Amino acid sequence: MTTLKQTPSQTLGPFFAYGLTPEQYGYAHRGIAGNTLAVPGVPGEHVRIEGRIFDGAGAPIDDAMIEIWQADTDGNYADADRDEAGSTAAFSGFGRCGSDDDGGFWFVTIKPGAIGDGLAPHIGVIVQARGILNHAFTRIYFADEADANGADPVLKSVPENRRNTMIAARSEAPAGPVYRFDIHMQGDDETVFFDV
Amino acid sequence: MTNNPYRPRDWHSHPPSIYPDYKSTVLRNPKKPLIPIRQSLTEITGPVYGHDAVGPLDHDLTKNAAKNGEPIGERIIVTGRVLDEDGRPVPNTLIEIWQANAAGRYIHVKEVHDAPLDPNFLGAGRFMTDESGQYRFITIKPGSYPWGNHVNAWRPAHIHFSLFGQAFATRLVTQMYFEGDPTFAYDPIFNSIPDEAARQRLVANFSMDLTEPEWAHAYVFDIVLRGRHATPMED
Ligand SMILES: [Fe+2]
Repeated sequence: MTTLKQTPSQTLGPFFAYGLTPEQYGYAHRGIAGNTLAVPGVPGEHVRIEGRIFDGAGAPIDDAMIEIWQADTDGNYADADRDEAGSTAAFSGFGRCGSDDDGGFWFVTIKPGAIGDGLAPHIGVIVQARGILNHAFTRIYFADEADANGADPVLKSVPENRRNTMIAARSEAPAGPVYRFDIHMQGDDETVFFDV
Repeated sequence: MTNNPYRPRDWHSHPPSIYPDYKSTVLRNPKKPLIPIRQSLTEITGPVYGHDAVGPLDHDLTKNAAKNGEPIGERIIVTGRVLDEDGRPVPNTLIEIWQANAAGRYIHVKEVHDAPLDPNFLGAGRFMTDESGQYRFITIKPGSYPWGNHVNAWRPAHIHFSLFGQAFATRLVTQMYFEGDPTFAYDPIFNSIPDEAARQRLVANFSMDLTEPEWAHAYVFDIVLRGRHATPMED
């Protein structure tokens, strides 16, 4: 039995940008995180993750905020020394990006290593927007990890015909590998969201 | 998934995802059932910030964007504790807030409400909770503002709060309201929360004890995040 009740969730509304993602939109305020997680020199395979977010009518959502939380290339999360007064890790593992007029978002990061427990490499994702009262949890998996994905217990718990909504396709661009991860809040391609 | 380290979201306390009176919920939320997940390190760890993440004026919205004076409006103290469901303090968690100014105007470029901006007010701040989970902001009481959801739609005055707690799983984004607001009964965002007692947990109460003489009213807003199950499962 718990003694206190959870504080209810509410939407972040349309006007979060100057508070949560200020640099991205040119506001005179310092944010705590942006969409560049990996600067040159951070160990690992440097990649770009990009996608668009759509509503149930197929229209782009232009006021969403996508947050990602991931391990480093060795599969370690930066909060390992949480008890030692904050993180000093070169790679924070946390990023956030507001969507643009086309619903587009992108991250400059590294591909995470596997964290153990038989889980394939993946990134935790939180989706919010005006009109989203409870943030939505999903994950990004990587298409070039077919064997690991096939053994991943979380992917296996998802109906087979929906797993691909979480698997980012890889392409090679001049600046490096790009993973494509679109988010569909509803519809035939509705992204898998978890009851975390 | 009862063997998860963190207790589930309490769906008696949170709104439904689709609440048609709040129109933009209809097309923007999952229609398929959420899929249960066994919480892994991805869910039970979360972003960590050093104390250098918070600057000396970050908690004082009356000063952190001042250009040539103090912002207009009623100066207030907003304070409280971040706790988990077992009443344990949540220390060292970063709280981010954002809000409209005293006239009910956000500085956001897409805001079109016909109310003045304040050159000395941005409306964003942050605070790292201390060892007892305590936080304290100085700000200006925000105004109510109209929005296009329905005819004569006004948001009750509110401050947006964003925090993670100790884990990705305990993330909370919410809004803090003010005791006695006359527009509560008409606001579908506030009323999307079905339980009256749960709604009241978002309403900050005036505190005479914490009000500072000749200076500012104080409002108290405690935040309760998901707690851990009694027997943590991680090795
Ligand atoms: Fe708002």
